[in-house]
Amino acid sequence: MELVLFSISSAVAVFATVMMITRVNAVHGLLYLILSLLAVGVLFFLLGAHFAAVLEVIIYAGAIMVMFVFVIMMLNQGEKTTDQERAWLTPGIWIGPSVLALILFAEVLVVIAGGGSAETGQLVDSKQVGIALYGPYLLAVELASMLLLAGLVGAYHLGKPMMAKRREA
Amino acid sequence: MNTGLGGAMDIIGILLSVIFVSAMLIWVERRLLAVWQDRLGPNRVGPLGLFQVAADMIKMFFKEDWIPPFADKPVFVLAPTIVFITMLTGFAVIPFAPGVGIIDFNFGLLYFLALTSLSVYSVVLAGYASNNKYSMLGSLRAAAQTVSYEVFMGISIMGVVMLSGTFNLREIVEAQRDGWFILPQFAGFIVFLVAAVAESRRAPFDLPEAEQELIAGFHIEYSGMKFGMFFVGEYLGITLSSAMIVTLFFGGWLGPWLPPLVWFCLKTAAFILFFILLRGSLPRPRYDQLMTFGWKAMLPVALLNLLATGAVALSSA
Repeated sequence: MELVLFSISSAVAVFATVMMITRVNAVHGLLYLILSLLAVGVLFFLLGAHFAAVLEVIIYAGAIMVMFVFVIMMLNQGEKTTDQERAWLTPGIWIGPSVLALILFAEVLVVIAGGGSAETGQLVDSKQVGIALYGPYLLAVELASMLLLAGLVGAYHLGKPMMAKRREA
Repeated sequence: MNTGLGGAMDIIGILLSVIFVSAMLIWVERRLLAVWQDRLGPNRVGPLGLFQVAADMIKMFFKEDWIPPFADKPVFVLAPTIVFITMLTGFAVIPFAPGVGIIDFNFGLLYFLALTSLSVYSVVLAGYASNNKYSMLGSLRAAAQTVSYEVFMGISIMGVVMLSGTFNLREIVEAQRDGWFILPQFAGFIVFLVAAVAESRRAPFDLPEAEQELIAGFHIEYSGMKFGMFFVGEYLGITLSSAMIVTLFFGGWLGPWLPPLVWFCLKTAAFILFFILLRGSLPRPRYDQLMTFGWKAMLPVALLNLLATGAVALSSA
């Protein structure tokens, strides 16, 4: 049962990702990317990482991708970008990414052939995640928070002249 | 854990009753608004106008289901279904009463947040796919509003999580046996309530569809049953938010004398009526006022509440 669900959702994830790359319409591509993220969320759930699964949906599918769609909508360029995109997607550009993907695929095959030790199937609850974050990974949490703070200050700095101009007007 | 609570009967029963309640809310809202505005409201179809919903449904089904030629067709069709599906799926984790419900999920609270954040795609994609400047403005507003208020919604309920020590909605209800969380978490409750109204895009936060300035915002181009889906989706959202408020702050099914399920339904109904009263009594703010209020009032209150709750939890532990 678990295996069937796992196979279905991983097939959906791979298919959606391929569709995402090959779409010429940016919003259609983003919709496939959202689908792919949701499928990955299901995979996390099936592996027992319920917390990661829900966060995947809240943060990636629910917040970051909304921002992507938001920006694409604001820049709504219509047919022009579709033609531009079509011109970019020539057969030649597939070679590089395909070779890289093939290397990854070969690695996956080696891991599976070697007994697939990666899969644990152990339930992880939120308490364990919290203890891990504020114990062994404290430094990473602090670094991430500093990075976010820098981003926040940067966004404020970039937005400030615009707000000042608006106040004068 | 994730053990199924009820079988097929529970699922079908909850699904049907939730859809029935949401559909009937169309009538309830129109009658109640009429009462508060000193009018009669729809009272012609059936006793007290009760069959008005059926009449509306028949009208919607027989309307031409028109897709504008300039629309992005697949996305245009997809958009209204998203709000409907995400809101209905949200009811899966609601603890109606002990032994009544669909799943008992350890991260039920986060699951609710995930689905409310997904429901915004409905509005955003509807605005994009309609290819109409008013729709576009409406959905830009919707996206900004929902993403902002989602933040405060998430922070405001962390106080409840701290007090109960779990994300599981059933355990949160059980943790309120000695006192509902409305008292220790009053600030959290206020922030959650405001954010819930903003998330469901109801008046006074209905800027995305402000009739006077944007005609109808994101659903201008929609007609027939697709419009109906947006409409029922909004009422599903209100019902879901009311059920969550009751679960998190008002002790869920807990209460004396009456059976648990009755208590839960009564409390939820009270909040649904409150949502309708809000629409009947408050004016709509300007768009920048809405965003400023969110980031300059809601966020500090939510953070201070979190800080105070954390300090109390640490000192009593």
